[in-house]
Amino acid sequence: MPKNLKQYAQVPTRLTGGHRLCPGCGEPTAARQVLMATDKPVVVANATGCFEVSTTIMPYTAWAVPWMHIAFENAAATVSGIEAMYVSQKAQGNIPADADYRFVAFAGDGGTYDIGLQALSGAAERGHQFLYVCLNNEAYMNTGVQRSSASPYGAHTTTSPSGSHSPGKKAFQKDLTAIMAAHDIPYVAQSISGRWRDLTAKAEKAFECGGPAFINVLTPCPLGWIADASESVNLAQLAADCCVWPLYEVENGVWKLTYKPKEKLPIDEYLKKQGRFKHLFKGAEGEAVRAKMQEYVDTKWELLKQKCGEA
Amino acid sequence: MGKVMPLEGNMAVAEAMRQINPDVVAAYPITPSTEVVQTFARFVADGQVKTNFVAVESEHSAMTACVAAAAAGGRVMNATSANGLALMWEILYIASSLRQPVILTLVNRALSGNINIHCDHSDGMGARDAGWVQIYGENCQEAYDNLIQCTAIGERLDVRLPVMNCLDGFLVSHSYELVEVEDDEAVQAFVGPYKPVKPLLDINDPYTIGPLDLQDFYMEHKRSQWEAYPAAKQAVIEEGKRFGEMFGREYGLMELVDMDDAEIAIVALGSAAGTCKDVVANLRAQGVKAGLLKLRCFRPFPIEEIAEALKGCKAVAVMDRAASYGGGTGPLFPEVAAALMAGGYAVPMLDYIYGLGGRELPPEQIGIVYDDLGKLVGGQKIPTVQWLGVRE
Ligand SMILES: Cc1ncc(C[n+]2csc(CCOP(=O)(O)OP(=O)(O)O)c2C)c(N)n1
Ligand code: SF4
Repeated sequence: MPKNLKQYAQVPTRLTGGHRLCPGCGEPTAARQVLMATDKPVVVANATGCFEVSTTIMPYTAWAVPWMHIAFENAAATVSGIEAMYVSQKAQGNIPADADYRFVAFAGDGGTYDIGLQALSGAAERGHQFLYVCLNNEAYMNTGVQRSSASPYGAHTTTSPSGSHSPGKKAFQKDLTAIMAAHDIPYVAQSISGRWRDLTAKAEKAFECGGPAFINVLTPCPLGWIADASESVNLAQLAADCCVWPLYEVENGVWKLTYKPKEKLPIDEYLKKQGRFKHLFKGAEGEAVRAKMQEYVDTKWELLKQKCGEA
Repeated sequence: MGKVMPLEGNMAVAEAMRQINPDVVAAYPITPSTEVVQTFARFVADGQVKTNFVAVESEHSAMTACVAAAAAGGRVMNATSANGLALMWEILYIASSLRQPVILTLVNRALSGNINIHCDHSDGMGARDAGWVQIYGENCQEAYDNLIQCTAIGERLDVRLPVMNCLDGFLVSHSYELVEVEDDEAVQAFVGPYKPVKPLLDINDPYTIGPLDLQDFYMEHKRSQWEAYPAAKQAVIEEGKRFGEMFGREYGLMELVDMDDAEIAIVALGSAAGTCKDVVANLRAQGVKAGLLKLRCFRPFPIEEIAEALKGCKAVAVMDRAASYGGGTGPLFPEVAAALMAGGYAVPMLDYIYGLGGRELPPEQIGIVYDDLGKLVGGQKIPTVQWLGVRE
C-alpha cells in the first residue's frame, strides 16, 4: 500500500543531507523518493557520475545503508555480484531465511544508455532481483556536460555544441525505456524526480515485482541544462506536460500511462526555459529544428498511447 | 588419503574449485580456459557444490560481479585468458585496491592483434602492475596445488589480495597428466572457512566501499596497499610450507635446480621450466655447471631472493614468453636485472624472447641458450636480446 507523505517522511533516511550535489540537482530527490519506497533493508550499487562522486567524498559519506561503487559501466554487474552472494549465503543459512533485502543500482544516463548498457542488459536477462534506476539528466554531467545517447536532438552540449554549422546534437535520443521493456522483465517505468507520488508508487512496485526492474527518471540538471536551480521541479513537470518525457509503466508486459496531461503543451514551453536550447530560438534554422522536435514528440506520444490502449 | 587421477590442467583446476566450493563463481568463456568454468558448471548442475554460478555477459562483468560478491562477504573464483583478462583490466586494479581476495585462474594465452589462441605470457605480464599476486605453475599438478594455495594466500587476514593462478594455455591446460588429488576434507581443512571482513551484506554495520578519494587521502591508501605485498610474499612461503607438511609437496617463491654451484643459469616461468630441467640434467652429466631458477611467485617479485640465488653465477639468461614492445627486451629481463643490481651484484645477462603464440620450445633451443651463456663467460660477444626459434 502506498503511504502518505507523512508516513514516507518517517522512513529512516538512507541518503543523508551531507552530500555535495549542486543546488537544484534532480538526482538526490529522485534517489530519496526511490529509497523511501521500501521498508526492507537496502543495499546500493552506484556507477561513476555526479551522484557517486558527490555523495562519497572521502572521508565522508552521505550513505546510511551499505553502498558500493566499482566503476562507470558496471553498476548492473556490481549489483548482480552482490545479489548473487546474498542468494548464495541465504541458501547456505549464513543469512537468516527470513531476511528480505532489496538491491538498487543508481547510474546516470551515460552509465546506462551508453557504456553500461551491455552490463544492464545482461543482468536483466539473467533475472537477478534488483531495481536499476537511471538518473537521467540527458548528458555526461560529471565530466562537463558532454552529449550522451540520452541527449535530445538539438541540445547544445560540449561535444555537440551548437554553432554556425551545427544545430547542437544531430541525433534523436535512444528510447531506453522501451529497450528495457523489450527485455520482458517484470517491471519497467519512466518517471520524473518532481512528482513524489508517481515515483514512489513505481519504486514500490519495482521493489516487490520479484525480478529485475528498471525505472528511468528524468532528473533536471541546472548546470547542464543551463536553467535556474529553482526551476528543476517545474522543468521535470513541463517535460511530462509537453509529453517530451511521458510518465508510464510496463508491468508484466502491460503498458500503462500513469499521467495524462490535461492539456498537452507545445514543447517550446519546455525548451525556452533552458539555455541548452537557446540557439533554437534564433533564425529559421532553429525553428526548423524545433519543428522537427515537436514532430518527433508527437509521433512518439501517439505510439505510446497506442501501446497503452489510449489511442 | 588422496588419489592419483589422469587429469588435464583445466580439469585439475576445476577439481580444486569443486573441493574448495566457493560461494559465487561469475565467468565468461574464452579458450583455452573455457573448460575450467564448463567443468565447474557441471558440478553446480549436479549439486556437487553449493556455489551460485553466474554466467555473465562479458569478462568485464565477470570480474565486476566477483569483486562485488567478495565485498558482499564470501569466497569467489573465476577463470579467463588473454583478451578476457584484458577486458577485466580496469577491474583488476579495483579488486586489489578494495583488497578483495578474488581467486582467478589465468590460463595464459597470446593477446591479439592477430588472433592466436595459444600460449604466451603477454596476458599475465600486461596485468603486472594491477596489484594481484601472480603464481605461475609448471604442470597439471601445480595448477591444482597452486589454486588451493592461492586461495589460502589471498584470503589471509594479513594479505586480503586477489590472486592469479597462472598456467600455460594448451601446454598445461590441455595436457593429461597423473595428478595427485587430495581428499575433499583435507583441501577444505587447508583453505579453512572464508573469513569475511566487513561484509557489505551486514545491514547493521553499513559502510561505503569504493568512494571518491582525492589528493588528501589517495596516496595514503595506495601506500597501505603497498604494505600488503611483503605480507603476501611471506604468505606464499608459509602456505607453500604448510601445503608441504599436509600433502608432501612443498612450494616456495621459486624452485632452484642445481643452483648451488651453477656458473650459468636460466630464469624461467611456467611450463618452459620443465624442459629446462631436462636440459640442465643433460648438461650436468657432461660436467657443465648449469642451473635453473624456476620463478613461481612473479608478484610480489622476490627481489632479494632472486639476487641471492643468482649472485654466484658468471652469466644468467632470462626466458621471456612475452615482448615489451618499445622496451627493447621482454618484461621479465629488466626485473631480474634490477634485482641483481639492487643487491649490488654485477652479473652479465642475456634475454630470450620465445614461444609467442604457442611457438614450440624444443630442448635444443634451450641448449642454444646455455651455449650462449658459456660463450659469454668465455669472453665472446653475444647480443643481449634474441628471439628464439623465429624465422628471420
Ligand atoms: C571507462 C570510463 N570512461 C570514462 C569515464 C569518465 N566518466 C566519469 S563519469 C562520466 C559521465 C557520467 O555521466 P552520467 O552517467 O550521465 O552521470 P551524471 O554525472 O550526468 O549524473 C564519464 C564519462 C570513466 N570514469 N570510466
Ligand atoms: S552537474 Fe547537474 S547532475 Fe551534476 S550535481 Fe550538478 S546539477 Fe546534479
